[in-house]
Amino acid sequence: MIPEAFEYFAPSSIQEAISLARRYGGDAKFLSGGHSLLPMMKLRLAAPKYIIDLAGIGELTQISEEGDSLKIGALVTHKAIETSDEIQSRCRLLAEAAFEIGDPQVRSCGTIGGSVAHADPAADYPAALLALDAEVRIEGPSGGRSVRASDFFVDLFTTALQQGELLVAIHVPVLAHNVGTAYKKLRQQASGFALVSAAAVVAKDEGGKCTHIAVGISGVGPKAFRASKVEESLLGKTLTEKNITNASHHVTASVDVQNDIHASAEYRSAMADLFAKNAIWVAANRAE
Amino acid sequence: MEITLTINDRTFKADVEPRLLLVHFIRENACLTGTHIGCETTTCGACTILLDGKAVKSCTLLAVQARGKRLTTVEGLMKNGRLHPIQEAFWEEHGLQCGYCTPGMIMAAYHLLQENPNPSDEQIRRGLEGNLCRCTGYQNIVKAIQSAAAKLA
Amino acid sequence: MAQKYLGQAIKRTEDPKLVSGLGHFVDDIKLPDLHNVCFVRSIHAHARIRGVDTSLAAALPGVVKVFTGEDCRGIGSIPCASSLQGLKVPHHPVLARNKVRYVGEPIVAVVADSLYRARDAAEAVSVDYEPLPAVVDPEQAAAPNSTFVHEEFSDNVAYVWSLVGGDVDQAFKDADRVIKQRMIHQRLVPAAMEPRGVIARFLPGEKELTLWSSTQIPHLMRTQVAIMLGLFENRVRVIAPEVGGGFGSKLNVYGEEALLGFISMQLQKPVKWIETRRENFTATIQGRGQVGDVEIAVKSDGRVLGIRYTVLADLGAYLQLLTPAIPTLTGLMLTGAYRIPNVRMDVTGVFTNKVATDAYRGAGRPEATYIIERAMDLAALEFDLDPVDVRRVNLVSKREFPYATATGLSYDSGNYEAPLKKALKISQYPRWRRHQVKERKKGRYVGVGVSTYVEICALGPSPAMPAGGWESATVRIEPTGKITILTGVSPHGQGQETSFAQIAADMLGVALEDVLVLHGDTGVVQYGIGTFGSRATAVGGTAVYGAIQKILKKGMLLAAHLLGVSRREVQFRDGKFFLKNDPTKSISLQDLALASYTARKLPPDFEPGLAAIYFYEPTNFTFPFGTHVCVVEVARETGTIKILQYVAVDDCGTIVNPLLVEGQIHGGVVQALGQAFMEEAVYDEIGQLITGEFTDYAIPRAGDVPWMQLDRTETPSPVNPLGIKGVGEAGTIGATPALVNAVVDALRPFGVRHVDMPLRPEKIWKLMQKETS
Repeated sequence: MIPEAFEYFAPSSIQEAISLARRYGGDAKFLSGGHSLLPMMKLRLAAPKYIIDLAGIGELTQISEEGDSLKIGALVTHKAIETSDEIQSRCRLLAEAAFEIGDPQVRSCGTIGGSVAHADPAADYPAALLALDAEVRIEGPSGGRSVRASDFFVDLFTTALQQGELLVAIHVPVLAHNVGTAYKKLRQQASGFALVSAAAVVAKDEGGKCTHIAVGISGVGPKAFRASKVEESLLGKTLTEKNITNASHHVTASVDVQNDIHASAEYRSAMADLFAKNAIWVAANRAE
Repeated sequence: MEITLTINDRTFKADVEPRLLLVHFIRENACLTGTHIGCETTTCGACTILLDGKAVKSCTLLAVQARGKRLTTVEGLMKNGRLHPIQEAFWEEHGLQCGYCTPGMIMAAYHLLQENPNPSDEQIRRGLEGNLCRCTGYQNIVKAIQSAAAKLA
Repeated sequence: MAQKYLGQAIKRTEDPKLVSGLGHFVDDIKLPDLHNVCFVRSIHAHARIRGVDTSLAAALPGVVKVFTGEDCRGIGSIPCASSLQGLKVPHHPVLARNKVRYVGEPIVAVVADSLYRARDAAEAVSVDYEPLPAVVDPEQAAAPNSTFVHEEFSDNVAYVWSLVGGDVDQAFKDADRVIKQRMIHQRLVPAAMEPRGVIARFLPGEKELTLWSSTQIPHLMRTQVAIMLGLFENRVRVIAPEVGGGFGSKLNVYGEEALLGFISMQLQKPVKWIETRRENFTATIQGRGQVGDVEIAVKSDGRVLGIRYTVLADLGAYLQLLTPAIPTLTGLMLTGAYRIPNVRMDVTGVFTNKVATDAYRGAGRPEATYIIERAMDLAALEFDLDPVDVRRVNLVSKREFPYATATGLSYDSGNYEAPLKKALKISQYPRWRRHQVKERKKGRYVGVGVSTYVEICALGPSPAMPAGGWESATVRIEPTGKITILTGVSPHGQGQETSFAQIAADMLGVALEDVLVLHGDTGVVQYGIGTFGSRATAVGGTAVYGAIQKILKKGMLLAAHLLGVSRREVQFRDGKFFLKNDPTKSISLQDLALASYTARKLPPDFEPGLAAIYFYEPTNFTFPFGTHVCVVEVARETGTIKILQYVAVDDCGTIVNPLLVEGQIHGGVVQALGQAFMEEAVYDEIGQLITGEFTDYAIPRAGDVPWMQLDRTETPSPVNPLGIKGVGEAGTIGATPALVNAVVDALRPFGVRHVDMPLRPEKIWKLMQKETS
């Protein structure tokens, strides 16, 4: 219940935050909403000596349009994403995924930057970000860089972030009106995290043939991944229920599927197929 | 670290360790013990308060994160010695037994009704996802929130 | 007696403070110079302690002292009240020495001037363990080649207990069919929302030790802590302030309670320990934990001639207050609401390297009800009968009461058909059966589950109890006419501050607001037993009734004296003593009370004052009953269960406050749902509790729970004058089999006859992967 003692910093700019992180290296942790970090600290599974609270960096809390993408600051809360008109109308998938996170209180505090940097394999955003082909904007001691979501999630709780680097924003594409999306999740009963979740982005031509498809899966393996086999077999095909069902097989074929008390690998795999199918089906129906 | 924050319209100033959890500040520094602690995994919601109007779990915030902010705890709902309609509804509908989860439930309900003044049964249950009760089976809590919604309408 | 309050849905007098956050739970009590205690607990299920190094911890700022098992040698063993024949009772120290026997067993207690510093110091203690093989599975524990949990015993068997009624062997010879089934009652975590907690304050001048403890049994705790610490019992005071739920987990005397008292005496400072949730999972008792084989002897018309239950009870590493007694309650109720003349139960209680099991809501009876109600469905399946018809063939009929069971009990009163009929009508049972057939054809799987339970309540007659089963009440009419009740029960959510006030207000003809019910403080209340076993209103409420009867009797004498007539000419009604033949001549209770205290004009040899104490000893248990009907649909794709309908018709005798009764049923049903569908304390092969937090152990949330349709019948109990039976555990006892029966019924097309709890989606999904028959 009680975290270990630490020194606390509240920088007011990204640069200041990064220089603090550089100074304290591996002993420092950024704090955004704190809803991944503080629970670990309370159980003493994490014990950073220095906490760099980002709350005072105003620019990290903004949602803005940049070209054909939405830039979502790292400190934007799940709640803000779930309820933002901009996100709901231009990137509904992300709002739907945000609504599935934890509970109302957690969504009030937890932030997209904190969640994504934590890279819990059962979190909701990774599947959505993969399906959206989102970009993660990073600032560091040697300048800024952007990393595609597919390159960002490296392994269990491991990302492309280097020591001292700060995730500052997520860029998600503004989706064309004819694109359909859906997020479907099977909850682990106790924690509310995903046993399996699937995010689908689908576009089709006038004849109903699939012109674009991206499916992200969370909860199943050590990291979220794209169901590329499923995507390949549906691209160019008519999005009938039968075709979708036939394609949504072996979603987890090349993945090291989690096997724990909450679900066996066998069940997770079957549910990955099912939830991928459901997400694609709903997205296909929403696509115009 | 010196911090100042407002709880139930009263200003509290204190020199705290950065690691002090907000719930401990509320309970120990401000001596407002209506906010309870029921777990350490941000699950049970017994510690729910309003932070700048939004329901949050005060066990998963540092007191220093709340500096300069306005907090409302269950003790702050009563006005002029009268129970808030949500408190009244919990009483009338027998929405509590042991009473330990109740302050958190009431604060979560407060937030829920602020966002959705006329929630359905399902919306209420979804809105209580972050609060555990082991006594009531939730039915009378749901009834209480429906009744409070009617009172507040 | 007037019926102004009795039977009415009166809102609780307890609530205004609780909804305002102004109630005081243990952690809310502030004392000057209060120090905090944190524990170092075993990380191994079974290990030898080679050494404990506390030097780093002791040197940290704010640390007052660090206590190890060696420092606490003077404290007595943590008590077990059960006295089964041949029971092996291991020494149970407050802090482990030499050996630890479960994950979570306390080894070191650290005292510091703040919670944060105490936690830091506890983290700085290092324990040198030599891990030993852990005994985790009860069947493995019972095997001859097993490691011993306690080296001083020659095996892990703590006791063997049998119950035999009738001629079971003959019943099995006479049967048309013998049905066998293994059934597992998984270990459950009670998880009261308020974890345990203790504050101890020793006052050296007064030589008085006060414990504020989150307990269901303040008086029993006082006695036991006094014994453990070698103190005079009258110098120990236990206060149970607001208690945030118990469900049996606080019906106990834990090591922390005596240890905190000891520390406070050693340091001459008040000290506090509040359990973390992790500690609550690992070091507070768990419930259930039975693995048993059930056999029933059945005739082809569904009549059950006999039942056998052979069970291993997973006791854990040590015996807590009632650990070994819990499975024996299962035996008593094994024949359920049915006329089953032959019964045999054989329990083997085994030690395992896990925290002790003990009473958890229902305590042994949910197991019994589950067994017999599942068995009824198995019999129905065997002969392709409707499960309701099988029950009807076997139910004890209302003419047979009091009914003597083969297990040696006497069911007080009952009309089992009445709630069954009502529940079937409300649920529209035949319609669901037709619906089920139609849906199956469409590949949708609907199931209907019924449970016609009976339970044993109002614990209980003292000869059948380990430490007294009576209850006490003092009722005082204060000089101003206000009523103070001191009850020996210790409510923690059940609402007796209200229901006892209802009883008193009606009996005395006063307003409800004039009655104050005090409880849970051994310094204020006469000795009592406490709250558990659905006993508070039936036993404790009857004690209140008895005390008021005594007061009225005394009041009559004084009233007659003051009115100048003989005792026989006076009557009492609506708060007034009056002349039978001239009701205008009267004296109010209030005036009478004042007269009794000013004592200027009393009859000869009349004791001044108007107060009475009454100890009520029940002559029997009570036996509430009812029918629950549950309808579910299971999704073949995911294995998830959706409850389409839940109907509970319960009969708990005379009802004092229907609001409270419904609340108990709601909560009980949902705890049953937790066991049936979600909850399980899972240990790995080395004895680590994998489901050790709410993030891994799911208890029902609002969204997991159906809307429950409640109704009732009221069959008064002849055991007590108010006719009350009790209701605290009915929901948990009655609901579990209804829920499981519904799901198993839904799975019938897949050839499923039984599934062990919890019915988590994956388990159901696997069963539905094969083709339907």
